[in-house]
This record gives sequence, structure tokens and C-alpha cells, in this order.
Amino acid sequence: MGNSLNAWSEALTGFAPMGLPLGMVILAAIPLVFIAVYALTYGVYGERKISAFMQDRLGPMEVGKWGILQTLADILKLLQKEDIVPSSADKFLFVIGPGILFVGSFLAYAVLPFSPAFIGASLNVGLFFAIGIVSIEVVGILAAGWGSNNKWSLYGAVRSVAQIVSYEIPAAIALLCGAMMAGTLDMQQINVMQSGPWGFANFFLFQSPIAWLPFLIYFIASLAEVNRAPFDIPEAESELVAGYFTEYSGMKFAVIFLAEYGSMFMVSAIISIVFLGGWNSPLPNIGSFALNDMTNGPVWGVFWMVMKGFFFIFVQMWLRWTLPRLRVDQLMYLCWKVLTPFAFVSFVLTAIWEIYVP
Amino acid sequence: MAEGTVISQSVKESAAAYAIIREQFGSAVSEFDGNATMPFFEVLDASLWQDIALFMRDHAKLKFNYMACLSGVDYFPEEKLGIVCNLESLGALGHRLAVKVSCPRSGGAIPTVSCVWHTANWHEREAYDMFGIDFTGHPDFRRILCPDDWEGFPLRKDYKVQESYHGIKVPY
Amino acid sequence: MQELDIAGLGSVRVTRKDNNVVVIEKGLATDQMVLAMGPQHPSTHGVLKLECLTDGEVITEAEPYLGYLHRCFEKYCENVDYPAIVPYTDRMDYLSGMNSEFAYAITVEKLLDIEIPRRVEFIRVIVAELNRIASHLVAIGTYGIDLGAFTPFLFCFRDREHILSLLEWASGARMLYNYIWIGGLSQDIPADFTKRVKEFVDYFRPQAKELYRLLTENEIFIKRTIGIGIMPADVAINYGWSGPMLRGSGVKWDLRRNDPYSVYPELDFKVCVPDGRHSEIGDCLSRHLVRALEIDESLNIIEQCISKMPSAEGFDPKAAIPKRIRPKAGEVYGRAENPRGELGFYIQSDGKSTKPLRCKARSSCFVNLSAMKDLSKGQLIPDLVAIIGSIDIVLGEVDR
Repeated sequence: MGNSLNAWSEALTGFAPMGLPLGMVILAAIPLVFIAVYALTYGVYGERKISAFMQDRLGPMEVGKWGILQTLADILKLLQKEDIVPSSADKFLFVIGPGILFVGSFLAYAVLPFSPAFIGASLNVGLFFAIGIVSIEVVGILAAGWGSNNKWSLYGAVRSVAQIVSYEIPAAIALLCGAMMAGTLDMQQINVMQSGPWGFANFFLFQSPIAWLPFLIYFIASLAEVNRAPFDIPEAESELVAGYFTEYSGMKFAVIFLAEYGSMFMVSAIISIVFLGGWNSPLPNIGSFALNDMTNGPVWGVFWMVMKGFFFIFVQMWLRWTLPRLRVDQLMYLCWKVLTPFAFVSFVLTAIWEIYVP
Repeated sequence: MAEGTVISQSVKESAAAYAIIREQFGSAVSEFDGNATMPFFEVLDASLWQDIALFMRDHAKLKFNYMACLSGVDYFPEEKLGIVCNLESLGALGHRLAVKVSCPRSGGAIPTVSCVWHTANWHEREAYDMFGIDFTGHPDFRRILCPDDWEGFPLRKDYKVQESYHGIKVPY
Repeated sequence: MQELDIAGLGSVRVTRKDNNVVVIEKGLATDQMVLAMGPQHPSTHGVLKLECLTDGEVITEAEPYLGYLHRCFEKYCENVDYPAIVPYTDRMDYLSGMNSEFAYAITVEKLLDIEIPRRVEFIRVIVAELNRIASHLVAIGTYGIDLGAFTPFLFCFRDREHILSLLEWASGARMLYNYIWIGGLSQDIPADFTKRVKEFVDYFRPQAKELYRLLTENEIFIKRTIGIGIMPADVAINYGWSGPMLRGSGVKWDLRRNDPYSVYPELDFKVCVPDGRHSEIGDCLSRHLVRALEIDESLNIIEQCISKMPSAEGFDPKAAIPKRIRPKAGEVYGRAENPRGELGFYIQSDGKSTKPLRCKARSSCFVNLSAMKDLSKGQLIPDLVAIIGSIDIVLGEVDR
């Protein structure tokens, strides 16, 4: 199965009629389709339902059975909306902002290994690329916030830049711990390093007790990087109306929304790749009952990868609907005085562990 | 019956507080009106109102530290506007007393007491907004509820509403 | 050394050294920005407008502008009969209509000097305390939203819904009740009302605990509110604060206890003040705590009222209502403890008319809000939101 899928993707890559790399384009479009489907189903609808169940409500119930078509109705609504560009806005920045945001969150999908057979671009610096590309979002947010020519948007943008730039440091250092354990920056290789007959016991998180520290640090920092509660101060609804996308409506708003859900999955995927084995099955081989072997493979890989990603997204939603929001200065305090020192400590400890403990 | 004694007791306390003020200010304040619902006295010389207020707040036996309410009043057939202040010694002595200050209907002014009780700040602005009473020395003297360019003072008994406001027909 | 502000360049420092060499240092051009918060801002609880002068995130000055919801309550009052004012009082503080009616009713009764049947008094206290819980639930829930916690809000509204349906059952309306009339009630409570109220109290106690654990004991919530917007007790009194705001500053002052009306003297309840162990006295958290604790006290009061209430036998809720309400000439200032503080009515009657000569509503939010300018000085924008939320304003009552 796995080989056939591999062969299939190889064939597709080679598919280039009249010198046009059509096959490559189709391959590149697969994650895009995935994001769209995931954002529609799990992202928007799932978040609504999950928040509803946490709050003793039913959530959307009207459109379709259990409201499953609600998101489609919303998209129809957003498509029909007038695409307003405020007359005093900086039109170029205003239009390009959501685009950069979306590209930023989407580009990292190129290096995410969805299964042993499928990875957009198997870079040897994949992790580095993923960390770096997230920063592009900052440019998009700043463009959107500044271009809107709205004071609230400007506040949101400035806050967001400060927040994302700060939180990249603990996030990157925490990920480096994982890279150090793997000895490589290649995302696919990091996954391969975590495969083995023992299932979850092969994951870096369970390989060393120290790995829990960077794992938690990265999880907290990733919440801040994708502006999720309790770190959603750039779009703090009760303070800044809607932050940097106050002025957006219609499809531009939808694109910003899509980008948010895109980056939510991206950070969830990265954390599961670096610490939880990515596409590796968590089930161990028990004696002759080779559960691990049975549940591994290209298609199973996609399943595990997506499930792990969804699990972390669920945790993100769970936190969002439980916790209040931090204040700006508390956020910075947490980053610079708590997470960053601990990230350095875990960096050093991981290095020591890797040298002295086999 | 119990209700009645409670009321008369509080009136007695108010009368005692009044006696101290009377002693200090003499004929600047009127006789005490010890009715059961709202015992009060009037300030006859409005220019002394700020002094009386400060005295009432700071005297050790009065300690009217709390202004519950300040209402503007229009005594229409008379050419008089006024304010009614409900004062109370909150937490300290527990007595209550109302004070009335009045001024002529046109061109009259009452000294502000917003420096004595912060509560008076917005209430005086409201009294100005609704009755057009001028409070001299008020730190931030503007209308508060009506728009700044509203004509007339709505709660005066002889108020006639303006025909249109920025092109919007007002009476409908 | 000279400091010049050359137009367009921001602050420019010009230094003249001994040998008359001019050194110009150009600092970073910073300026204060006027930020209009409201009247359509999500966390100004209605149509309050705050014009903030901001230096980055720090607010150097905030000036409240009111009047967007001014509905001429006092002018109406001069044009309608005394009983017809009751529905208007509902619309002042629309979150606690029963309490507003109660305050107005006792004020006019004081002027009329009439005796109220005991059962009426107990029913009034029950519905008023139910309404107080509902109002505090909204206050706590929306405060959660202000600080970014959405779920407590819906928990609050779920439980508030039970109260609203109880009150609807009694009065026929969900928010604007017109239930407490001068001298009586519009109708007696339904037959099983007290039983259902008891059921609600039993159901609600654990829910209130859950809410307390979810929001009030949350670390982030505490961090966001502790030490923010501190109001010392004497300044609070000078500002005329009342209700949970004043109690939050540590002043044990509750009109139900200190200026008792109705049957409150017979009831046993605590006046909640922060003890300073969990919060700094006078800060936002103290005010929130007072509200959270008062819910429990209100539940106690309701239980006591149910057990002490005289039976419905031969009871006419309209027995004491005068045929024609025309008070003798005089003035009265009556007040009651509303969920937001002291709601007072100053009524002037000329003794001839069935309409008041003057009816002024002393609204608690109006007075509490007047301290906003002082409280907001030097705070961050998120703290400003926390402070507005802790004042718990209802613009309907501020603007009347």
C-alpha cells in the first residue's frame, strides 16, 4: 500500500505535459484542499460544537442535521458580502495583508510530513524553515493593522508583532531540544528517528524526562504564536474590538480566519512531529501481536498525523473556552522571564542528557 | 408604630445636627423643617453655601461625608430655581439632613460644592443641563446628558422644545 | 540646554556647549493619541463613550461621555400619574427592574404614609432578591467576557434564565415587570411559586460554587483584577459610591441594614465586605468578590422569606393600594439597595395633583461611574476594561 502510494506520488511529480509541472501543482494543492476541508469541518464547525458543549449549549442546530451545513451557509454569506475597503485605508497594504497571513501559515505545510510517503518538500532544514516561515505572518498582521488606518487595528498589530516576535524565541529553543534529540532538522528524519516497535515509547516525549519541559514550553509558546486564548491579546475582542482585522469583512475576513485555523493545525502538527512521533503509530507491538506494524504505513501515517494535530487543536479550543485573557505586560513577563529561561535550561539539560545518557 | 419611632428618632438627630449649623451660621440658614419624610433646612445666603458645605463635611459632630443626591428643582410660579441636597454621615454618625439652596431664575448662580463632595460634580452638571442653574467655580461645566448644542433646559416648567435639531424634527 | 519642539519633528533637544557648538539630538517622535472608546465598543456595557488620551497602551486621561441612552425619565414623570411611573422605573435599570420598582414604591409609600400587608412585603423581598441574583449573574458573566473568559458568561445566563422564568411566572414579563405597585402588587404570586423558588435555590447553590471555581478562583482572572483600580474607602464615600462598589472598598454599608426598609430588619444576612486576604481592599477583585458573595446572601434571604411568609388566605395584593394616589404636599427622598448601589428617588408633591411636581432618580451607576476619570488615570487599556467591568454599569440607569 505504502509503496503504491509512493509510486503514485512519484508518477504525479513526473507528470509534466508540455513542460508544465502540472503534477507538482496538483501535489502542492493537496495540503490546500486539506486545510480547506479541515478548517470547514473541524476548525469552524468543531470549534462551535466543542465550545457549545463546554457551555451547556447545543451550538448550531438549524442548517442541516445537527447544523453540519452551518459553515457552508456562513461561507455563502461571506461570499455575498460586499468587499469593503475603507476609503482612508492604505489600499495596497490592506489588500495584501490577509494574503501574506495566509501564505505564511500555508507555506509551512510544505515541510510537514503527513506520512512516510507524503511530504511537500523534504528539506534538510525543514524544522528551521517551519520556524522561520511562521514569522512571515507578522508582516501580514502588521500590514493588515497598519493598512486599516484604524486605531484599534494598529494596537492589535503592534501587540501582535511584539507577542509573536517574543514568543518565537522560547518556541524555537524548545524545538531545538527536539532537533537535538533527533540530531537532524529534517522533519521526515525526525519522524523516522521516533519509529520503532514500542510505539509511543519511542516518541521523544517518552524517551527522556527532560523532553516534557520543551514540550510544554513549545505548546504554551505556540498558543501565543497563533494568537489563541489565553494569549489572544492582538484580537482581544473586549479590548480592541477585533484587533488587526477590525476593518475586514467578506472574503478577506474569511481568508484571515482560514489562516488562523491553518496556523493552528501547523503548530499542532509541528509539536506532534517533534515530540510525539508525527505519523508514527503510538500503539506498541505486544509480543507476537504486532499492533505497531499493523497500524503503520503511508495511509495510517496520515491518520495518526491528523489525529495528533486535531488532539492539540482540541486542547487549544479547550483552553480558549476556559481561561480568561492575560494582560499585555503579563504576557511579556511570561515570555521573557519564565519561558525563555526555562527554554535555555531545557536546552542545556537536553544536551547533557544526549551526551551522557545513551 | 415601630416605624414611627424610627422616623422621629432620625428627625431628632437631624435637628441636633441642624442646631450646630445654625449656631455657626446664624441667619444665613433658615429654620429647620422637621417633617417626617425629609427633614431639611434652607440656605438663605447662597454665597455661603460652599462654606456651609465644608463646615458640614468637616465638623467633628456633623461629618456629612456622603452626598446621596443633588436634585435641581424649578419652583415655577416663583422666579426661583434651586437644588436639594440629601446629605448623610455615612459610617460615622449616621444622621441625615437635606439642604436646599436656591437662586433667581434668570442670572442666578449657586457656588459649586463639587470640591467638597465629588458626587456633586456630575449632579451639578445634570442640574445645569436640565434647569440651567449656573454653578460658579465648577471645574468642568458642560452639559452631561443632552448634546452640547441643545437649546433650552428641558426640566424647566416653561420649557418649549426646539423645532428642529440639526435638521431633525424634534416634536413628533 | 534648550528643549525645543519643532513642529513635525517631535521632541528635539538642543544643547549649547561652552564653545557655542550646537548639538541637536532628535528623540523618537512620540505623541499622545486620542482614542474614542465607544459608544459602540464591545466592553463599554452599552453606549458609554470614553475619550481616552493614550500614550502607547497607557491611558493618561479618560473622559466619559454620557447621554446616548437618555430617555427623559424625569420629564416623563412630571407628566404621568404616580402609578404610571412604575413601568418607567423598570426601564431605567433593565437588569434589575424589581429592585427599581421596589425603591420607587417605598418612596411613594413613605410620602403617602400607608401600611403595607406583610405578605406583600415578603413577596417584594423575594422577587427583589431573585432579581438581585439575576443582576449579579449578568455582572459577573459580562465581567468574565471583559477579561476574555467566555464560558462563565453562558453559565451565568443559563442560571439567570431560571430566575427570569420564575419572575415571568409571577409577573408576566421577563425583564420589565411592572409587578410591584405603590401600596401592593399587580397580582399575587402563583400557587406553587415558593416551592419552585425553593427548588431553584437548591439547584443554584452548587451552580454558584461551580461558577466561583471557574472564574473567581482562576489564576489569570485574579492576576488581571488584583490591585487594579484601587479606590480607598474615604474617597469612595466622597464620590458617593454605594452598593457593592462601596463594600468593595471595605465599608460595611448596606441600606438593607443601615437604613432598613420593608422586612429586612427581621431577616438575618451578612453584609459582605472583602477581608483583604484574597484581594487588595478596594480593587476590582474586591468588587467582584462582593458580588459573588452577595449571591449566597440573597439565597439565604429568599429561604428565610419563604419560611416566614404569611399564608395566602384572604390575601388581596391590592388591598392597600389607594384609590387615587395624591400625596399631601411635601418632599421625600426614599432609597433602596439595588444590585448596583443606592437607588434613590427625590419626589416633590404639591398636594393637589396626581402627578409629581418633580421626580429625580438618583441612579447608582451614574454616581459610581463619575469616579471613572480618577480610576482610569495611568492604567493600561486592558485594565481600563477591567475597571469599567467592575463598576458594572447599566447605561439605561446612567442616562435615564
